[in-house]
Amino acid sequence: MKIAVAVDGSEYAVRAAEFAINLAKHMPDAELEVIFVADFDKVKDDHLLTKSTDIIEWKREKKVNPVVELAKIDNIKARSVILKGKPNLEIIQYVNNNAVDHLVIGSRGRNTLQEMMLGSVSHKVVKRANCPVTVVK
Amino acid sequence: MQAYGQQWFGNIRADILSGMVVGLALIPEALAFAFIVGVDPRVALYASFTMAVVIAFVGGRPAMVSAATGAMALVLVSLMANHGLQYVLAATVLTGVIQIFLGIFGVANLMRFIPNSVMLGFVNALGIMIFISQMPYLIGGSVLTYTFAIVTLILVYVIPRYFRLIPAPLIAIVVMTTIAFVSGVKLQTIGDLGTMPSTLPTFFMPDIPLNLETLKIILPYSLALSVVGLLESLLTAQVLDDMTDTSSNKNREARGQGIANFVNGFFGGMAGCALIGQSIINVKSGGRGRFSTFFAGVFLLFLIIILGDVVVDIPMPVLVGIMIMVSMTTFNWGSFTFLKQAPKSESIVMIVTVAVILYTSNLAIGVVVGVILSTLIFVANISRVHIELVDGIYKVKGPLFFASTSAFVKAFDEVTASRVVIDFEDSQVWDESAVGAMLKVREKLESKDIAVVFQGLNSSSKQLFEQFT
Repeated sequence: MKIAVAVDGSEYAVRAAEFAINLAKHMPDAELEVIFVADFDKVKDDHLLTKSTDIIEWKREKKVNPVVELAKIDNIKARSVILKGKPNLEIIQYVNNNAVDHLVIGSRGRNTLQEMMLGSVSHKVVKRANCPVTVVK
Repeated sequence: MQAYGQQWFGNIRADILSGMVVGLALIPEALAFAFIVGVDPRVALYASFTMAVVIAFVGGRPAMVSAATGAMALVLVSLMANHGLQYVLAATVLTGVIQIFLGIFGVANLMRFIPNSVMLGFVNALGIMIFISQMPYLIGGSVLTYTFAIVTLILVYVIPRYFRLIPAPLIAIVVMTTIAFVSGVKLQTIGDLGTMPSTLPTFFMPDIPLNLETLKIILPYSLALSVVGLLESLLTAQVLDDMTDTSSNKNREARGQGIANFVNGFFGGMAGCALIGQSIINVKSGGRGRFSTFFAGVFLLFLIIILGDVVVDIPMPVLVGIMIMVSMTTFNWGSFTFLKQAPKSESIVMIVTVAVILYTSNLAIGVVVGVILSTLIFVANISRVHIELVDGIYKVKGPLFFASTSAFVKAFDEVTASRVVIDFEDSQVWDESAVGAMLKVREKLESKDIAVVFQGLNSSSKQLFEQFT
């Protein structure tokens, strides 16, 4: 059973990750995929605030790697997936194309103001992902 | 990197679509940049067409969009005001020549010496300057002017929430121009700036006297344009590399920018560079290949020639609203967090960069001052050398080079023991001055009958020491 969890470095994502690991613990042959999407709209700011591309990549990995490590402590097969693009679209596309059985996602992300304007990522993902989705509050 | 042909035609369908989106998105900004410099809209529109088409062939970063930009426009304002259009075109040609040479000499390799505090200062000052440049058209204007600008601003922020296919600024322009036209209100329009192009740009020599006097006038502008253009272009290339997970040849891009500006000046366009915003739009819309940039330019010109008569009716306050949005997205709002978190010296560099740019109205001077300041701060930081006395051994902590030798020498002024051991394990001897300082200390102490032993030199330090003794 392939479980995916989408993280973005927010506290909601931490709770989603904990939930996903718990879920995986109770599933036979569970595999966990920790997804982070580097938002196209933030790439410019990433490069302005951090000089080296290697460090930018390291910062992105830092968002997913702790979750992978945490899962490994519980003997869960886990791997990180770093995507680039528009977060909701990339998550939907990945989940639908990679035979993910269950997606876990935080109810909100880091940028509450933007979500007020544009709607939350989780809302859009729930609408269009083909697998069951757990939204963690 | 892909083969050149692949870079052109590897993604043709998506490139056509994204090129159309970018072509549409280029119109409002090109008009507004013309308005900043105070030139005929043609000068910016031709520039955007020529830059995009030429850079599609000679650029180093496929899918990057170059055109008339706000940064370059701001540099050109005073040249236009004091000397007129012909000098703007000549400065553009000269900028091209300078950039070609900088590209050949590998200027892109120098980019890593520009700290991000300076880049942040650059984009923030740019955002502020674009914002300020719009104020004369608002302050003291009629209620109607304000209303049109504010409604446009609201539209460009709200439209993307519901509809993303066509760039919001363009929709805002169409809506607001229609409203102005139907209601018959009297506002300043694009038509008051000059005529719209109805033909393709043609080749001509800028009408200037070819003498030293002219060179003296345009050279400072061309140097500033070269720096500003390359800075923004190479930053954009880096962003696009990341977005597309591909690499690009930055020196080729620098050369390409030069060629594009060189051609651009002869076809009556004002100097341009890569547009971060439009390039991101291009990639987001699926553009990956050279064809997307090429088609953006062609489509832009096609639209302008078809729509020229309508474009002249666009009210100026609408462009003001759009430029305020551009200034908001140019400004890096993360800078406030940066100021709180970054080391104090980096924050100071950023603030000084912004302050110098705003004071001199010259983006290039601010960047140069920022780089010099951060270099000095770096040297000052690294030149701190401490000497600690541990168990009778003087331990040198910190690199020993021309800027740190005096502190090193001074530390041994008051020594009274009969034998001194100086340990260099935590140090590095960098240059002749450092070796000189070591010898000076030894001589001084030996003249007081104190024996001196150097120990713990690493191999390169030892080599240098032996070389000079």
